[in-house]
Amino acid sequence: MRKILDLYQTTIGKKLVMASTGVVLLLFVLGHMFGNLKIFYGEEKFNHYAEWLRVMGAPLLGPTQGLWLARLVLLGCVLLHMFTALQLTILSYQAREVGYQKQHRITFSYASTTMRWGGVVILAFVIFHLLHLTFGSVHPKFVAGSVYANVINGFKVWPVAVGYLVAQAALGFHLYHGVWSGLQTFGIAGDRRQGDWRRPLSVVTALIVVVGYSALPISVMAGWLK
Amino acid sequence: MLINLTLHVWRQKGPKDNGRFVTYPALQINTHMSFLEMLDVVNEQLMEKGEEPIAFEHDCREGICGSCGVMINGLPHGPNPMTATCQLHMRYFKDGDEIWIEPWRAKAFPVLRDLVVDRSAFDRIIQSGGFISANTGNAPEANAMPIPKQIADRSMDAAVCIGCGACVAACPNASAMLFTSAKVTHLGLLPQGQPERYERVQRMIARMDQEGFGNCSNHGSCEAACPVGIKVDFIARLNRDLLKAKLCGAGTPSAV
Repeated sequence: MRKILDLYQTTIGKKLVMASTGVVLLLFVLGHMFGNLKIFYGEEKFNHYAEWLRVMGAPLLGPTQGLWLARLVLLGCVLLHMFTALQLTILSYQAREVGYQKQHRITFSYASTTMRWGGVVILAFVIFHLLHLTFGSVHPKFVAGSVYANVINGFKVWPVAVGYLVAQAALGFHLYHGVWSGLQTFGIAGDRRQGDWRRPLSVVTALIVVVGYSALPISVMAGWLK
Repeated sequence: MLINLTLHVWRQKGPKDNGRFVTYPALQINTHMSFLEMLDVVNEQLMEKGEEPIAFEHDCREGICGSCGVMINGLPHGPNPMTATCQLHMRYFKDGDEIWIEPWRAKAFPVLRDLVVDRSAFDRIIQSGGFISANTGNAPEANAMPIPKQIADRSMDAAVCIGCGACVAACPNASAMLFTSAKVTHLGLLPQGQPERYERVQRMIARMDQEGFGNCSNHGSCEAACPVGIKVDFIARLNRDLLKAKLCGAGTPSAV
């Protein structure tokens, strides 16, 4: 613990917290996506999967214990990711008190410059998403337990579906820079004279996530899922 | 060929002065001149008029010393890649161009005067760990210690860093990670640098943070701005060494 706190004192240590929590959150994002895609197997199988989430880890864990454990870990990672990002942002502003009159954005990509605001968009989306499909408080026809129907009815409201798509785009950009950046922080370097595999990996990760998640609202809006 | 330019130059009387942009015409500039020679011509004209010349740093004027370096239209060392300001020729500009010339901007690089900044923060990073243990006396036989060619080459790739500060200037976070990674890597790759390898990375990072440089958000602007082509791969190596030192205790007796 002392070692970790010692490391956290350095800016690189803070970046490592960003990267490590990012890995946990990315694993969740991928797992959640594969779970979501079960909707294409039909109502019964999808609801069965959703029910399994509540008894995850049985018989070792009691009902919803596994679910709450996952939620706590995720909440912890989100808070650490946010808190450390805030600290690093403040440090960055402090490191350059007087800015340039002209600054040419040499290698800034859209993804790398929107990491901070993209993160805020994703956070806003997650809050809405929880209110929408977990608690149902902003859902017009929410029925607890009828997961399949809730998803279909939820995405029939087109502004909601479009909002989901926008959030997925933000997540895609966040991952495009985040995966590459995280690997760099962990010190996993590709030799770029032989072709850097990290860039293709981040493109593929971002694409899988965006396509996998967008499939739901698009299919509902197109009438493929009823 | 001769061209006429308009310069917007940052003028600041001293560290305490607020500073401001002043516009100067640069007339009849020969395109074979370097950027610094162009500033020399402008300064001569200023002195003839009895005005204070523009202060800028320069020494070797052949891209080796790392003294020169200003933001030219928002790019460190100007628009031509892999060159220092002294190697930038005026043929990269067109007749009638407006050029904004600014000093490096970073809290760790306070402006001393006009375009001159205090880069002693870099010296202090090097002092904190940029040394090796060597026996005094006669120099050892050059081939006594075999070093694979690829390793020696890679080490040289890092050792070409001239410490100009363009990486800090280009970075949106004013981070000195590219500089520090080059210094850590060129010693850390060679057998002579092994005894202090993990101690070095910890001390240099601590010093870098203490000087008030920002963190690395992996935009890669530093690499694009670097006049000698230092790669961000070295930053990954720096991170790896720090991680090994801090978490695995590399370099301490318990890790042996």
